[in-house]
Amino acid sequence: MEESTSPKQEKENQELGEARRSWDVKTAASPQYSEPASFEPLEAKQGLETGRQSRSSRYWSPQSGARTSLGGSAGPETSSPAPLSPRESSSTPSPLAPAIQDLGAPPQSDRTTSVIPEAGTPDPDPLEQSSDKRESTHHTNQSDGNTFQQSQQPHLCGPRAVSYKNANQKELRFDVFQEEDSNSDYDLHQPATGGSEVAPSMLETTVQNAKAYLLKTSSKSGLNLYDHLSNMLTKILDERPENAVDIIENISQDVKMAHFSKKFDALQNENEMLPTYEIAEKQKALFLQVHLEGVDQELEDEIVENALPNVMESAFYFEQAGVGLGTDETYRIFLALKQLTDTHPIQRCRFWGKILGLEMNYIVAEVEFREGEDEEEVEEEDVDEERDNRESEADEDEEDELPKSLYKAPQAIPKEESRTGANKYVYFVCNEPGRPWVKLPPVTPAQIVIARKIKKFFTGRLDAPIISYPPFPGNESNYLRAQIARISAGTHVSPLGFYQFGEEEGEEEEEVEGSQNSFEENPDFEGIQVIDLVETLSNWVHHVQHILSQGRCNWFNSVQKNEEEEEEEDEEKEEPDYIEQEVGPPLLTPISEDLEIQNIPPWTTRLSSNLIPQYAIAVLQSNLWPGAYAFSNGKKFENFYIGWGHKYSPDNYTPPVPPPVYQEYPSGPEITEMDDPGVEEEQAFRAAQEAVLLAAEENEETEEDEDEEDDYD
Amino acid sequence: MDAESLLLSLELASGSGQGLSPDRRASLLTSLLLVKRDYRYDRVLFWGRILGLVADYYIAQGLSEDQLAPRKTLYSLNCTEWSLLPPATEEMVAQSSVVKGRFMGDPSYEYEHIELQKVNEGEKVFEEEVVIQIKEETRLVYVIDQIDKAVAIIPRGALFKTPFGPTHVNRTFEGLSLSEAKKLSSYFHFREPVELKNKTLLEKADLDPSLDFMDSLEHDVPKDGVSLLLPRLECNGTISAHRNLHLLGSGSWSIQMERGNALVVLRSLLWPGLTFYHAPRTRNYGYIYVGTGEKNMDLPFML
Repeated sequence: MEESTSPKQEKENQELGEARRSWDVKTAASPQYSEPASFEPLEAKQGLETGRQSRSSRYWSPQSGARTSLGGSAGPETSSPAPLSPRESSSTPSPLAPAIQDLGAPPQSDRTTSVIPEAGTPDPDPLEQSSDKRESTHHTNQSDGNTFQQSQQPHLCGPRAVSYKNANQKELRFDVFQEEDSNSDYDLHQPATGGSEVAPSMLETTVQNAKAYLLKTSSKSGLNLYDHLSNMLTKILDERPENAVDIIENISQDVKMAHFSKKFDALQNENEMLPTYEIAEKQKALFLQVHLEGVDQELEDEIVENALPNVMESAFYFEQAGVGLGTDETYRIFLALKQLTDTHPIQRCRFWGKILGLEMNYIVAEVEFREGEDEEEVEEEDVDEERDNRESEADEDEEDELPKSLYKAPQAIPKEESRTGANKYVYFVCNEPGRPWVKLPPVTPAQIVIARKIKKFFTGRLDAPIISYPPFPGNESNYLRAQIARISAGTHVSPLGFYQFGEEEGEEEEEVEGSQNSFEENPDFEGIQVIDLVETLSNWVHHVQHILSQGRCNWFNSVQKNEEEEEEEDEEKEEPDYIEQEVGPPLLTPISEDLEIQNIPPWTTRLSSNLIPQYAIAVLQSNLWPGAYAFSNGKKFENFYIGWGHKYSPDNYTPPVPPPVYQEYPSGPEITEMDDPGVEEEQAFRAAQEAVLLAAEENEETEEDEDEEDDYD
Repeated sequence: MDAESLLLSLELASGSGQGLSPDRRASLLTSLLLVKRDYRYDRVLFWGRILGLVADYYIAQGLSEDQLAPRKTLYSLNCTEWSLLPPATEEMVAQSSVVKGRFMGDPSYEYEHIELQKVNEGEKVFEEEVVIQIKEETRLVYVIDQIDKAVAIIPRGALFKTPFGPTHVNRTFEGLSLSEAKKLSSYFHFREPVELKNKTLLEKADLDPSLDFMDSLEHDVPKDGVSLLLPRLECNGTISAHRNLHLLGSGSWSIQMERGNALVVLRSLLWPGLTFYHAPRTRNYGYIYVGTGEKNMDLPFML
């Protein structure tokens, strides 16, 4: 029986219940009238029930009005219950009454269903929908009761019990929220079963009042507390955070913020992620394989093999040492280097390191061009020099009345040719792998000399000006290049014996100096025990030339030139530094001879792992240039720098002292003058001259005497 | 950085070249768990590494449930055995602030500091040289304390103040938005507020008491490069040149978006070596210090 009736009930529900749903929805959170009916004694008259029902509907109609008025579009809505309720109340207590009511309901319900979601929930939230659903299903059960009452079943008791049971069973399947809801229903109706019918309505009123209060819309935000609480609960139930009670404030805030942000963002185009896409687009180019076809394949392979360093292998070793960039960044740099070697005629390439900046960083690649393919800049420099010469010549042309400034700028020391000295390598930098590589200009000695006196952060923009006390000749790209030259000269080391002096090549041009400035790989290098590399520093040698205080690696004799031009005055002024040739440590000097920094050893060596020493590598760390590292596993080695590009000193940076003030010309015979000649002196002078003349006259005795005498008068 | 998400954090912070070798990483993952158990910490942070000449100090910090409560600091030389450092006292600070130069890497190493002290002997006043011995461990405590107070930072909203007083990790923190992540005002000093009490009511008006209860970074000196520079650079005659410094947006922090806005990295210029990273819109954030443990006093000259 139960099984047979329940589908029927369902069907009836679908017919009637659908129509009433909206109405029931409104009664959702408050005590249902139909449910208590099932508790009522059977003698209760139908008329009374319908009467009550009509009363309840009358009761509810203002409520629906109140509810819909929230949306503001309740104009037609509020009016619809009005005609309905009089009709119901006036209708005689007959079995037809509910039917009429039901028939009358649809137009209203249609409208309400369409309005309620808008009115109740400003934003169609999953919460509201689900709660609607829950409520509606819930009330489907409750309307079972109604249906039974209204359809006037002969066995009132049975079906009601059934419906109650049904409702119970179904409710069990629903979640907590609804159970609480229905429980509260029962609680509320306990007194109703007990006795008077006035009590429930009182309770109802209180509850309705409370609910109406909760539904009051804030004039400030347009929200109401009822929706807010239900939104919060839904969020909590959806996300199920632990200890929700501890973070209820935040949830409340989040819900409110979500409400607002959605509204305001509706018209905005979210474009703040654009830079992400931009760099991704650029980096994608790195991953696309470049097919170089048509060219001689073997030659191509050879070049690529020689040019591109095995960045990942060195990165692996540096990782053992605890240095280096992340794996993915290293790989991107690797690809960027490949791009560089593919697009330039590069013979040898190396990942030099990374210099940190304030806004962006620099990734530095050290390259050597193939023979004769890097001559663009030489011409530019010549033009500059010519212009300087012309100016100086022009100065000399004018013959002077007034003395001109004798001060001449200190002899500009010419920069070293490309491929020699500090300009041996060419450096390319980029801010991020994927961005274009920029070639740094060659370094001049003046830049190095000044760079030694200043300490500035890099900004990450190559064209940023360097504002410093000894004015720096150039912008950030020149400063960067100077620092790279200094760091390379100080920290590029190799295991002893890996390089040897070149036989013929380098010596021809540098014979004057008598030092050997070129080296080549030693084909007979057998490797050094790692433990030896760690224990003594003399197994590491510099393979980059030392930069003299002059700013060059190879001595430039500025005195000789001076002597040719202006021999007489310069000799005394020349500092001893310039007369004697300055010599630094020669190439391939062991680093054990490096100077100490105030009792701090300039290098620290470590074994990468103490746990497995047999497979460890030797790690060398510069204390002079923090961030410079080298590793060697006995056969291979690599140098790497990462840091701010500054030299270490235990003391604070002190700006260089201002240059000496030029002393004035010493007071001497050229400056001082005699007193004006007095009368006595002039008379004495005249007397003397007369005496001379007289003597002359006496000697010659000519007629000219008279004339001369006239003159004196 | 949180000890529990150490690997991800290391990967994120690797842009500054400050990594850990694989064996260090593995041993940290193991030993920090044990530290957490043995000392009953609520959270263990891997704080960083101070480079010594002979060996490095690995530093970890233990947090109690109240995140702003005084933190316990531990150090280790081999990442396996940890020893607890005493909290920094006034006396320690006074002693250690005179020591300069690099750390040695030996906790029992003693720095000698010669100080002139006036000794009254009868009527005469002598100046006597007194040699003060300072243990490196004491200096380590001091330096860590200094760094923590100056540059330990967290994003806004990562912690919240409960109504009962203690500060907890905010579970609902979902990361800063991109626009917020680029501003210094979205980051707080990870310490008890100092400046906050000095603010005017007007400045406090917009603050959310449950989130804005710490000092934000934007008021760090040098603020925009100008305020602190002026008195010191006057001797150089380059003041006018430095006036436009604030255009660089620097101050004592360098803020960068890396990996195409997927990662924001803050580097302290005052304590070079401290890197803070945060992936916007995720909960991944943290800081690590890898450096020599020396303050950059040349900052005004370098900007």
